[in-house]
Amino acid sequence: MNLLFAILFYAATVILVGGIAYRIYEYLGTPAPLKIPTTPAPTTTGGVAFRMFREVVFFESLFKSNLWIWALGWLFHVGLALVLLRHLRYFTEPVNFIIAFIQPFGMYAGFAMAAGLAGLWARRFLVERIRYISTPSDHLMLALLLGIAVTGLLMKFVMHTDIVAVKAFFLGLMVFEINPLPAHPGLYLHLGMVVLLMIVFPVSKLLHAPGVFFSPTRNQVDNPRETRHLAPWAAKFEAKN
Amino acid sequence: MADETTPVAVAPAPTPAPAKPAEKAKVVAPAYRDYPNIPALKIDSMADSNPYVAAAVHNESVGFPGTLVEGWEQKAVAKMGELLGKYRSLRVYMDACVHCGACTDKCHYFIGTGDPKNMPVARQDLMRSVYRRYYTLPGKLFPKLVGARDMTKDVLDDWFRYYNQCSECRRCSVFCPYGIDTAEVTMAAKEIMHSVGLGHKYVNEIIGKVHKIGNNLGLPGPALENTLEGLEEDVLEDTGAAVKYPLDQKGAEVLLVTPSADFFAEPHVDSLIGYGKVFHAAGISWTLSSKASEAGNFGMFIGNYEQMKKIAMRVREAALELGVKRIVVGECGHAWRVAYAFWNTLTGIGAGADDPFAIQLQKQLDPNYKQPSHICEVTWDLIQAGRLKFNKEANDHRIITFHDSCNVARGSRMGDYAGGQFDIPRNIIRAVANHYVDMSEATTREKTFCCGGGGGLLTDELLDLRVKGALPRMEALNRIVQDNGVNFMATICAICKAQFTKVLPYYGFKMSMVGGVHQLVSTAIVLDNEQ
Repeated sequence: MNLLFAILFYAATVILVGGIAYRIYEYLGTPAPLKIPTTPAPTTTGGVAFRMFREVVFFESLFKSNLWIWALGWLFHVGLALVLLRHLRYFTEPVNFIIAFIQPFGMYAGFAMAAGLAGLWARRFLVERIRYISTPSDHLMLALLLGIAVTGLLMKFVMHTDIVAVKAFFLGLMVFEINPLPAHPGLYLHLGMVVLLMIVFPVSKLLHAPGVFFSPTRNQVDNPRETRHLAPWAAKFEAKN
Repeated sequence: MADETTPVAVAPAPTPAPAKPAEKAKVVAPAYRDYPNIPALKIDSMADSNPYVAAAVHNESVGFPGTLVEGWEQKAVAKMGELLGKYRSLRVYMDACVHCGACTDKCHYFIGTGDPKNMPVARQDLMRSVYRRYYTLPGKLFPKLVGARDMTKDVLDDWFRYYNQCSECRRCSVFCPYGIDTAEVTMAAKEIMHSVGLGHKYVNEIIGKVHKIGNNLGLPGPALENTLEGLEEDVLEDTGAAVKYPLDQKGAEVLLVTPSADFFAEPHVDSLIGYGKVFHAAGISWTLSSKASEAGNFGMFIGNYEQMKKIAMRVREAALELGVKRIVVGECGHAWRVAYAFWNTLTGIGAGADDPFAIQLQKQLDPNYKQPSHICEVTWDLIQAGRLKFNKEANDHRIITFHDSCNVARGSRMGDYAGGQFDIPRNIIRAVANHYVDMSEATTREKTFCCGGGGGLLTDELLDLRVKGALPRMEALNRIVQDNGVNFMATICAICKAQFTKVLPYYGFKMSMVGGVHQLVSTAIVLDNEQ
């Protein structure tokens, strides 16, 4: 089991990092031939950075769009962010004081995360329009994330595992040593689902995370009259004139 | 009337005599919603909405295969791959959607029809399902799981139906947390369909006319000259001022490029009269061009870069030939988006170039002005400079509201700051009239609803769709008609004007209720020779 999980985590990490890097390389390499910011749009680069910040941190467009989806989605993402930060303590020794400070919040953020996910999943059944657009993979993705959250919460609050040993396992992995993992079904489930999530990330809708930064309607400066914007493939037409 | 851009009769009769009674009889405006609730899904309710397929001659005149080509399935998939490599928007938007549902109730066509395939995400999924099948690993391995589909005739038919039920208005992109713009997907789908020989008759016919004759209406030079002379006589008679409507005048300061509907159709022509009066009152020499007698650019509607560039190049050529210092665009929504956002890229009309192609033109144009400028920017600048005088009472019979046209609102700008495109037309209206009321803020500015006729859908065979798609705008209008007695809806788009003229009667309004901002300017402006 120790060896299996070690291999899985190494493979998943390679797939996750390599996959996302490849996607970003693809997005970067694909030109945006025309200026298409959704206006009104910022007229300066600083303005665009601020717009992107508001989108990524506060989900501004979603807030304007639908308060239910915004509230549930934001709850889930903020919960997930805190939980992830809290989990850094299992990969670092000594633990950074910021991570230590987050610890109490991170513990309860797990509930926020699970509640947000449950709400989003409920919408997929209860709202006719969203039921119509949902594919099996949409449901499975929510099930996977909720499974990770619930098994994590169970280990934290109900059936504890030997967390010191878990930390030793991951610290070991980072220096290519395989230390024993506690034999705990909840832990196996939790880690197994995390591995699965890491593997599907670069080939699924989870790509919205890097994707949002490359969305031309959000990341372009609104200055088409002031600067000439020309993609390489479009510049070729000019030679003919 | 096969062609919607042909002049619209000013007759009071609400509907023209139906050509095909059985088909026309069923076009009925949907009921207003008491409260803007979200319609229940009506599966396949718009599955019969089929635009006319372009004949071979129309496809070929624009450089596409005449009819559906042999092996179109593979060719369509290959074309999709090509576009994925050329457009970052498409590349990212195919991956990024999480099916959150935020966009599902934002499309005017969904609100008006209840057909779930008119929900923006479902419209995108018509293509995304094919993308997933051929260009993603899970779609290749587990198509059912991720909703991936083979490129079949059924899929293609759905594309033709439902991508021709999107007016590319971008309202959904305002509300998407990732800014996914369905217009980009629709344009890509149309580009793919055209590349395999499945074109929309209305759009391709018009593009053909632009190339052959110079404008969408197919008005040849002499007819244009006649029309403009007639306008000069009319204005002289009305006002006593010798306002000129010059054509192909070399050395004029301003080249005005305007939608060809302005030359002929009601109420468009009243705005053209207004532009002339503004230039006259300000003492600016200007000209129209017979070569570039069309601001509209239907190349955008079919997502074809080459066509869009070719159509826009007419304006560059005309500007070089006529030696003008400024290029100004008349009241046309998508034309202004193309002009504002794309002309610098396509033709070098703009500033900030470092290549010889663009510098040649940019040297000629006056850098003290924004190139191109919108006619509303010109008029507002003149008003602020105190160079225009108005008799506001002349508009007192009107209680006015303003309909933001989608391409101006969400795809362009006016003036120096983000949102100038909302304020400048309203400022002008307030400067020339005493009674102005805004519609509900959920339906104006960047949240404005499309008129229902944009994106190349302004054709008679899609009338049912157009009437239904106008529902949210008509609801907002109806509210201020009831509450404030509004009797005039100003707009700065030729398509909006033509569409509303046609659909207002279905909702019990007079077609003359819609008009241009410069129609209002025209009514109130004081010309030298008057008094």
